[in-house]
Amino acid sequence: MSNLAKQEWLALEKKAFDLRNLTLQTTMWAGSGHIGGGMSILDLLTVLYHKYLNIKVDDPQWEDRDRFILSKGHAAIAYAPVLCDKGFNDPEMLKTFNLSGSKMGMHLDSNKVVGVDASTGSLGHGVSIAAGTALAARLQGKDYLTFVATGDGELGEGSNWEGFMTINHYQLSNCIVCIDRNHCMIDGPTEDVMKLEPLADKMTAFGFNTIVVDGNNIGELCDAIDEAIARSKEPCAPTCILMDTKKGAGIKTMEGDYLWHYGAIDDALFEKFKKELEEDYKARCERAEREGK
Amino acid sequence: MAGGFVYNAIDQTEISTAEIYGKTLADIVVNDPKVVAVTPDLAKSTKLGDVVKVCPERVINVGIAEQDMFGVGAGLARAGMIPFMSGFSAFTSMRACDQLHTDICYQNVNAKIIATHSGTSFGQAGSTHHAIVDLAITRAMPNLTVIVPADGIETAHAVRAAYENYGPYYIRINRGFDRVLYGSEDYGFEVGKAVEIHEGTDITVIACGSCVFQALQAANFLENSDGLKVRVLNMHTIKPIDKDAILKAVMDTRRIITVEDHSVIGGLGSAVAEVMAQAGKGCAFRMLGHQDKFAPIGLHEDIMSEVGIDANGIIAAVRDVMQADFEEDDNWDDDV
Repeated sequence: MSNLAKQEWLALEKKAFDLRNLTLQTTMWAGSGHIGGGMSILDLLTVLYHKYLNIKVDDPQWEDRDRFILSKGHAAIAYAPVLCDKGFNDPEMLKTFNLSGSKMGMHLDSNKVVGVDASTGSLGHGVSIAAGTALAARLQGKDYLTFVATGDGELGEGSNWEGFMTINHYQLSNCIVCIDRNHCMIDGPTEDVMKLEPLADKMTAFGFNTIVVDGNNIGELCDAIDEAIARSKEPCAPTCILMDTKKGAGIKTMEGDYLWHYGAIDDALFEKFKKELEEDYKARCERAEREGK
Repeated sequence: MAGGFVYNAIDQTEISTAEIYGKTLADIVVNDPKVVAVTPDLAKSTKLGDVVKVCPERVINVGIAEQDMFGVGAGLARAGMIPFMSGFSAFTSMRACDQLHTDICYQNVNAKIIATHSGTSFGQAGSTHHAIVDLAITRAMPNLTVIVPADGIETAHAVRAAYENYGPYYIRINRGFDRVLYGSEDYGFEVGKAVEIHEGTDITVIACGSCVFQALQAANFLENSDGLKVRVLNMHTIKPIDKDAILKAVMDTRRIITVEDHSVIGGLGSAVAEVMAQAGKGCAFRMLGHQDKFAPIGLHEDIMSEVGIDANGIIAAVRDVMQADFEEDDNWDDDV
């Protein structure tokens, strides 16, 4: 059960469904893309951009805005549709994603795509940048929040742990770390390639208030974010939301398959995946009815 | 311009180069709440003591974590602050190379790097702490301005210039005291403009950092002993490099020697060679510096002597190049 009201949950499910379709469509336009890791984090992107982030579409550089840093920059295939749908960029740009001369490459450039707070793509950078924006808020007496989303395989980069230490040392509870634990990396399951477990214990040992949730359950995600925000006003142990997710979430054929880290889609697959998204959406709505408040 | 103290030659004999950086930054921090110092456990080593005194809350120590320092700095800059990040040049350039490239330069944030203990100025620490490839790395980074001040006074100039101009700066200074080059701050420092510190028409020595003083010593000696007029250019800005001064030296003196406490691959010498080659203007040319070798362990002055980038090494190189009858080499057409 979640504290999220049914109606709001259902509205967010509809938005997530639309954004999943737009992500799939963008992958078709681009020819291929990091669709697996895009789908796994799409529920977080949806709730941040449609419930939590205090941002202004008509003033994207507003200095008191909440920040979002996508450390797993390859999820741009999902992030770019979210930013276009929100109104930061012309949705027509999605048709040029990944193509020569486009402003939207495989990893988004913050100086070219409106609404992007950091140019990521090289893994292991976002956490420290988020620590910096959160520190700036404290130094300037501002109360904006910084959210940062990392992958799980990404945590192999030692620089993440430097950033975690800084967030804990300065008690940056205004910096909310979200880990997309989709259990997959390019060469296979994370536990086969390079063990991460016990990941929740690691985060707790690094000083975090660690909340483990189903990251593809919007109700659970919102409850965790509510708790993190409640703790953000005063310096205290920062929150890590460890989101247990499925690679390719929403597309049954893809779910949990590490081979869908990066993939190409033909017309037949496109139609098949659209049907699977619809079936998933139905099941998600039933869950919202069942578990929502 | 930032307010505060102005430094002179006497200050430089009493305050090390990095201390002048610390004091200059403290002046800036006091006057601008946006400025913040960030360091990887090197607040003491990089002389941030004066900043700590005036504004301890704006000295962010990230622990021994250069990659984190650049990420945090990029985040601070993205949120409207101006971070001055000071660490050893070996680690700011190499350990955190990806963060320097991506977080700082690619994003083109308003962040400043003060890279201390540069070249072989921390000589006894050995090659792990020598920075003889940092200019090759930083010079190749788009958006980054690269400055190698020759002494404490020039360091104060460089730090203020970095504060006053938007964009990422890499300022490379030495450990400890530098030989005093300038008697006062009033010599016309300008980013991207070489300073002619000794006139000459026979040959030009283009130097940066600790080698500028050595080049000046060599020029004075050669004038008295050999009657040679050696032009000495203090090329404090490695990028953007002063093309006009280089090409003028080619035309005026027909002989150029570069001197740097850095590898001859990718540093000042390479930058000068690129300018000449692209202009199609050749001349007799010699690059002094670390010749694709790791430096020995020792005092800075001993290493400079061994590598041949001290006054004696420069004198020998000048005499050698002056003797080379390059104009009568095989089919060499001097008219360019």
